[in-house]
Amino acid sequence: MKKEGYQAIVIGVSAGGLAALSKLFGCLPAGFELPVIIVQHVHAKAIRQRFTHFNDKCPLTIKEAEDKETIQPGFVYFAPPDYHLLVEREETFSLSIDARVNYSRPSIDVLFESAAFVWSSGLIGILLTGANNDGAKGMHWIKEYGGLTIVQDPLTAEYPVMPKAAIDAGAADKILPIEDIGELLRAFSGSVDRGELNLRGFDNERPTKNIDRG
Amino acid sequence: MKKTDIENMEITLLLEAMFMRFGYDFRHYSRASIERRVRQFQGKSGGSRISEMIPKLFYDESFFEVFVREFSITVTDMFRDPFVYLSIRKNVVPILKTYPFVKIWHAGCATGEEAYSLAIVLKEEGVYDRTTLFATDFNDAALDVAKKGIYALDDARKFTANYQAAGGRSSFSEYYHARYQAMALNKALAENITFANHNLVTDSVFGEMHLIICRNVLIYFDKALQDRVLNLFCDSLVHGGILCLGTKESLKFSTVGNRFQTIDEDARIYRKKAL
Repeated sequence: MKKEGYQAIVIGVSAGGLAALSKLFGCLPAGFELPVIIVQHVHAKAIRQRFTHFNDKCPLTIKEAEDKETIQPGFVYFAPPDYHLLVEREETFSLSIDARVNYSRPSIDVLFESAAFVWSSGLIGILLTGANNDGAKGMHWIKEYGGLTIVQDPLTAEYPVMPKAAIDAGAADKILPIEDIGELLRAFSGSVDRGELNLRGFDNERPTKNIDRG
Repeated sequence: MKKTDIENMEITLLLEAMFMRFGYDFRHYSRASIERRVRQFQGKSGGSRISEMIPKLFYDESFFEVFVREFSITVTDMFRDPFVYLSIRKNVVPILKTYPFVKIWHAGCATGEEAYSLAIVLKEEGVYDRTTLFATDFNDAALDVAKKGIYALDDARKFTANYQAAGGRSSFSEYYHARYQAMALNKALAENITFANHNLVTDSVFGEMHLIICRNVLIYFDKALQDRVLNLFCDSLVHGGILCLGTKESLKFSTVGNRFQTIDEDARIYRKKAL
């Protein structure tokens, strides 16, 4: 059942990503209804290992995003190394080899912007640990187009620079440690009673915008 | 109506305007890539609304020139994805050697790095002298750069590493000399290369090729245009001719998939079946 709620999640992570994502994946329930799309800055050498590393920690199917592939729930898609990942309005992927952004390709900013134009207020953007500024601008776009932006609490991040940059840019709706991000995601998937959520003090309110969701 | 829906309409109109006024057809490019470029350009030209760029396109010649330049150039590396060039040496060169004269088409050559990379491979494998290499792009500014064969000296290290990983038989420094803080490739490499303007969206077959290389161009097209171009390539190949795509591109969604056999799936090297 597709609620009038969130439709997709984009995640950006850089240094410290292996541990951070493993932890976040562990919080996701089987049957999680939202597709998850990830840009992870990772060294070429570490790329082959990462899927095997994540596979047993994640209830969803993990794969590399393919050009023109349809985006579906039940999957976690990773941007391929050395390509930017974009999203089309038909909810398919497009790849690009445009110049690096923030010295990065794939760039978190590029994915986040593209996803913001497609899903607007139906998008959740999550920025985790990292050592550069990629993603701060992207989070700003997501917020501007009505989506929800969640930043990993820099105090809990292995590399706090990236989350902190987004917070300093005023682009963070919520600042949470990973376990709490996981809890919040479970709620948006309908796996947790929203009433129960309120008791724990999570602000369930979506940011108000003048953009009509119609 | 969502703001982003309105902006999408503006982009559609902008692309129509480009086509009507100048004949540049970006209407079947991947919309997400186009949108990104339009917004980057919007930012640079003072942040006016997307549709406000349309009158400028019609009446301001200099605006159009800058606009198209932003739209078209992608920079690439020499020997990008070295394992592909290794596969070309191992799997494709022996086939090329069976022909007395070889015609190769490098489609979407942009600023030329990959065309020169191929030229180096052909030289080292002893096939260069019998080869004519057509390197085409629809963007004249990119072709101008390609013809000069001058690149940033800062990239020398990266290119050298790629060259070696691609099975380079000699040393990359043999192929260029440093000049005014730049890397100037040897003129000899360009002798058998013809740089020409060709638009994959609108132009047709111009010759029969033994090898067509088109890497990381199709990703910028939508599915329909990808299919048009793959058909064009199929029609441009001799029987038994070779097609090499970018490592994240494929024949999977195309109508010509069954006319090719796979030589190296990872390197995206295919061979047109004989009748």
